[in-house]
Amino acid sequence: MKSERLFQYFLKLGGVIILIVAIGIAATLIVGSIPTFKEFGLNFIFSSDWNPTEGRESYGALPFIIGTIATSILALALTFPFAFSIALFLGEYFKKGRMSSILKSMIDLLAGIPSVVYGLWGFYTIKPIVVELGLNAQGFGIFTSAFVLAIMIIPYASSISAEVINMVPSQLKEAAYSLGATRFEVVKNVIIPNAGSGIFAGFILAFGRAIGETMAVTMLIGNSNKIPSNLFDLGNTMASLIANQFGEAEGLKYTSLVAMGLLLFVITGILNLIGKMVMRKFTA
Amino acid sequence: MNTTNSISNQKLKWRVFNDKLFSIVMMTLAFISAVPLLSILYQLVKKGYKQVRLSFFIEVAPDTMQAMMAKANHEIIPGGIANGIVGTLIIVGMASLIAIPLGLLTGVYLSESSKGKMANIVRFVVDMLQGVPSIVLGVIAYIWVVKPLTSGFSALAGSVALSIMMLPSIIRSTEETLKMIPPTLKEAALSLGVPYYKTILKVLLPTGMSGISTGIILGISRIAGETAPLMLTALGSSAINLDITQPSSAIPLLVWEFYNDPNLVNLIWGASLVLLLIIFLLNIVAKTISKKWKVQY
Repeated sequence: MKSERLFQYFLKLGGVIILIVAIGIAATLIVGSIPTFKEFGLNFIFSSDWNPTEGRESYGALPFIIGTIATSILALALTFPFAFSIALFLGEYFKKGRMSSILKSMIDLLAGIPSVVYGLWGFYTIKPIVVELGLNAQGFGIFTSAFVLAIMIIPYASSISAEVINMVPSQLKEAAYSLGATRFEVVKNVIIPNAGSGIFAGFILAFGRAIGETMAVTMLIGNSNKIPSNLFDLGNTMASLIANQFGEAEGLKYTSLVAMGLLLFVITGILNLIGKMVMRKFTA
Repeated sequence: MNTTNSISNQKLKWRVFNDKLFSIVMMTLAFISAVPLLSILYQLVKKGYKQVRLSFFIEVAPDTMQAMMAKANHEIIPGGIANGIVGTLIIVGMASLIAIPLGLLTGVYLSESSKGKMANIVRFVVDMLQGVPSIVLGVIAYIWVVKPLTSGFSALAGSVALSIMMLPSIIRSTEETLKMIPPTLKEAALSLGVPYYKTILKVLLPTGMSGISTGIILGISRIAGETAPLMLTALGSSAINLDITQPSSAIPLLVWEFYNDPNLVNLIWGASLVLLLIIFLLNIVAKTISKKWKVQY
């Protein structure tokens, strides 16, 4: 009996370690960013001046927050028609069969491609097209990175949505069909109202992914520290700034980058929680 | 009568037309997503296959001078990505050593205590960890390992970052797989007087083996291509390095280095191709396991 107890404690140890790791992450980020918040207060979030020149040091995250949100929202908007179509395809139109397994493995492949490879593709394939179209002189910028991000998040947005669409009770659909509804009408009047919140959750989770994405964005956004004036302008995101400047950072700059990490952690954490909570309600 | 009939006929035609149109648009949009995939694969294979020779796997990455000389003489750039391959093996291997036992333990814990406050908090935390961007984990590993432990960039720091990244998927797949096993199996073992820990180790875990190993392999494939956290932790190294307290290279890090060096930039294709093949291979293995070893009760 004693060994029984012991084993149960041992199992619990795993959970305890996970909790310690999570609390440790949050605490490390908070402690690490204290000097920055002491120096700049909330100005760290609302100031748009990122200036590492000694003596006139000033760190404001606003351009990067705006850059991050602009890229991610644009990516989400670009990905929506495609991810939603894939979700309907897999969750309703072709649940089984060759067509669906081809599409499924395609999405698995898309999910497997590393971020840095997406970055290369964006640089050598998408950037020249953006220049050709005259959208932006150098081809870098918010739009270019959002375009590549949109493709990167297709798997996340579509797989959850497909699952949710698949869970819509068939009685509801059959009832609509028996009343003479066409498939499109079933999608519009039965599936979307029923699966809507789950689809929303899938896209929220994909949004969180887009916000934290680093490499592809670093390679394509142009890394300018100003607030972008339009969607084709150069910009920078929080994740990309950390990747670029963390290596040689010290003092206030270092703590400001940690503070940037804290912001990212909080934003993606909140998005993730909203997404999971909606999903939980859906599956419960 | 006649007019109403033709009106409803027209309306019906309109509805059918709408339905058809929607299906066509939806299928087209769904399969358009294949275009970027094919474009990426085509680009990598076309530009990269020539570089992938035997020497590409057993020689370390060339430095800028070597590449410049080769280019001036119109030769193929010498060298390979052996330092990256060894680095990736070490970093990913160590990350798995940290994450697999802890992930299994937590997964079993969650599946065994499906209710309870503590388990719910842990579940919540695992959900949250899953969403943490990889670059933030890089910052964490820098603060936890690079600064205090190895007093410099190190392979170990990279492993710590990646292990936190793969934990959630291992925990989740373990929990979900074990929950799908019918309780009768566990009850049968317990009723025969098998101790609880033996029931879990000898009955539950082996039964759920395929689901659990699929989760582990998918976790590995997810971290194998990670670049951002390694930039802040493992940093990169031009030589093969077996000492885990020293900076180490990795294949994705090499891709990034090649990309930033105009003389080496041609090597990005071969390196990316190898990286992609490794990841796809892991995915195929995971799929085969989950198909072939379907649990049978």
